[in-house]
Amino acid sequence: MSERDEIRRKELDEVIEHYRGQEGGLIPVLQKAQEIYGYLPEVVQERIARGLNVPLSDVYGVATFYSLFSLKPVGDYKIGICMGTACYVKGAADIVDRVGSELGIKVNETTADGRFTLEVTRCIGACGLAPVLTVNKDVYGRLIPDEIPGILSKYKDM
Amino acid sequence: MNPLKMIKLTINDRSVEVAEGTTILEAAAQAGINIPTLCHHPELRKEGSCRVCVVEVEGARSLVASCVHPVMEGMVVRTNTDRVRWTRKNIIELLVAAHDRDCLTCDRNNNCELQRLAQDYGVREVRFPAAVRHDPPDCSSESIIRDTNKCILCGRCIRVCKDIQGVSALGLAFRGSRTKVGPAFNRGLANVACTNCGQCVAVCPVGALKERSAIDDVWKALNDKAKHVVVQVAPAVRAALGEEFGMREGSLVTGKMVAALRRLGFDRVFDTQFAADVTIMEEGHELLHRLENGGPLPLITSCSPGWIKYCEHFYPQLLANVSSCKSPQQIFGALVKTYYAENQGLDPKSIFSVSVMPCTAKKFEAARPEMARDGVRDVDAVLTTRELARMIREAGLDLPSLPEEEFDLPMGMSTGAGAIFGVTGGVMEAALRTVVETVTGKELRHIEFEAVRGFNGVKEATVAVGDRILRAAVVHGLANAGELLGRFCRGEVSYDFIEIMACPGGCIAGGGQPRSCSKETLQMRANALYREDLGKKVRKSHENPAVQEVYQKFLGKPLSEKSHHLLHTSYEKRSDL
Repeated sequence: MSERDEIRRKELDEVIEHYRGQEGGLIPVLQKAQEIYGYLPEVVQERIARGLNVPLSDVYGVATFYSLFSLKPVGDYKIGICMGTACYVKGAADIVDRVGSELGIKVNETTADGRFTLEVTRCIGACGLAPVLTVNKDVYGRLIPDEIPGILSKYKDM
Repeated sequence: MNPLKMIKLTINDRSVEVAEGTTILEAAAQAGINIPTLCHHPELRKEGSCRVCVVEVEGARSLVASCVHPVMEGMVVRTNTDRVRWTRKNIIELLVAAHDRDCLTCDRNNNCELQRLAQDYGVREVRFPAAVRHDPPDCSSESIIRDTNKCILCGRCIRVCKDIQGVSALGLAFRGSRTKVGPAFNRGLANVACTNCGQCVAVCPVGALKERSAIDDVWKALNDKAKHVVVQVAPAVRAALGEEFGMREGSLVTGKMVAALRRLGFDRVFDTQFAADVTIMEEGHELLHRLENGGPLPLITSCSPGWIKYCEHFYPQLLANVSSCKSPQQIFGALVKTYYAENQGLDPKSIFSVSVMPCTAKKFEAARPEMARDGVRDVDAVLTTRELARMIREAGLDLPSLPEEEFDLPMGMSTGAGAIFGVTGGVMEAALRTVVETVTGKELRHIEFEAVRGFNGVKEATVAVGDRILRAAVVHGLANAGELLGRFCRGEVSYDFIEIMACPGGCIAGGGQPRSCSKETLQMRANALYREDLGKKVRKSHENPAVQEVYQKFLGKPLSEKSHHLLHTSYEKRSDL
């Protein structure tokens, strides 16, 4: 195990230890695990199942139910394009297409350099800004497709 | 809640009085009013997810799911209005739209709860676009095949696996229209901690879960002139097979079943109960040996392959406690390919050994690599009770009208002790009959051990064996087993001998039995086996003349070197996930 793996493993074990025996502990543990690893690999879910004494089928069920959890590695920057009703009628589909063609990936894919992941989301509650796109915690609203290259370039060199 | 408080309500203008806490569905049933259900199962946690059981409640804004809705004083319920029927029909139509509808070639054709509902509600067209999955079936398991394209997401399999069996091999994953039942990460059942008990198969309302069929292999062997085909039948089969032919529940069809097997073309029709008697000789002496030589105790029975696999996954620290005896199925198989082959002057390789079992886990057990010698398998093919029924129908035989015939000798000779192996507590009772007499040298006056009978999840008894008090426990259903073993591991209880059966009720409720959901059916099947016990001339395993002969002529004595080589086995630790 690499040093980085060992640190992450230790961090995960501390989180599991903290929530062990607590009702409703699975979701916060999965959230923290995703923060630590960037996604929820099978081995991590297995470790959580054993650590919390929860069936693996339950861990997997929760991890696949909530869209905020990812079972695949995600990029350093997660682009979320809102597909709620307001964004949709304001042209979110064109935004998705433009981001996809700029980065050469489809929805739910990650660029080969591991920098960007493209996702569509349900309504994020910023309907007044429709159509809306998020990059990690940054929010961009009232978008037109031609603004996309400029937004992406901010993150390409970071 | 006061259990005596009674609630008055009206259902379809009839007044009904039921105990507080009763659901509308249960109240209606008590009043003789049938409400259709799909996700509901009387032995499982209530879920209310399919909505097929909706009814109208006066004053309620929407229809309510009667399977989960409790009755209230003065409630006015209608189960058969236009609105109710229209809604149910739409729900069924939606389920059908998402269902792989190759009914004619489905395992459950004519025995499918969705098919029956669609028929009852006159679903004659499906207006919605087909939303059928096209996932490959999971054929990884020796015992069970899972086809998600036929799954209607009722969740019965998940609930039985988690709540009754404490295994949780199956769960729900994803959400919305992508929701799917299965093991984590879509791993095959063979690659997760599945015990193969088949309780999921037993409760599935449709064709999404079924046993891996051995029918073709058995027909092939029966048609092969070079093969000497021998069959053994487990006790629980004779107590349930009749149900497949419309006979009353609890019909004991031993003689007719033997006649049917002969007509199917088996060269010898033998009885697993013979091997159950041998099991008692081996396991009983193993118990005595452990009592005299410092353990490890408790000794835990090893007849139930679902339990064995459960122990390998979840309690590997107790594997040394599990009896090293093979199960009756495998003991029988080992003796057929050695003792019987020698007696008959047959090459073991020319014998095809078939078993008929109430069990899906037996298929996995028979396929275990250690259950063979020099490439000769103890058991070559395992049929479930349901598969045998299909073969009988396929051969054009009408079971109820067949004559009663006797098993072949010598391996068809068995005692009442062997018969009760098929019901929870039976192995314990059979063992006690032999162990007590072996130790005391005196004949037992009363051979029925009532304390270990019945369907309580955990049964305990203390029995005098000579000058020693034997502490015994009997559990059935793997969640019950897990709970008891947990208490044992924490030092809260201690026993000398534990019987564990994977299925709730024992083999009579096995995953390979005719599908039935009622406790009453189980009770009648149990009664049938106790009748078989009572009807036997010999009711103690050690008094079975054919068993005595096998020891005299072949094995020597219980736990002999030959016994160890042929009739005993070992277990392996498996992953807990």
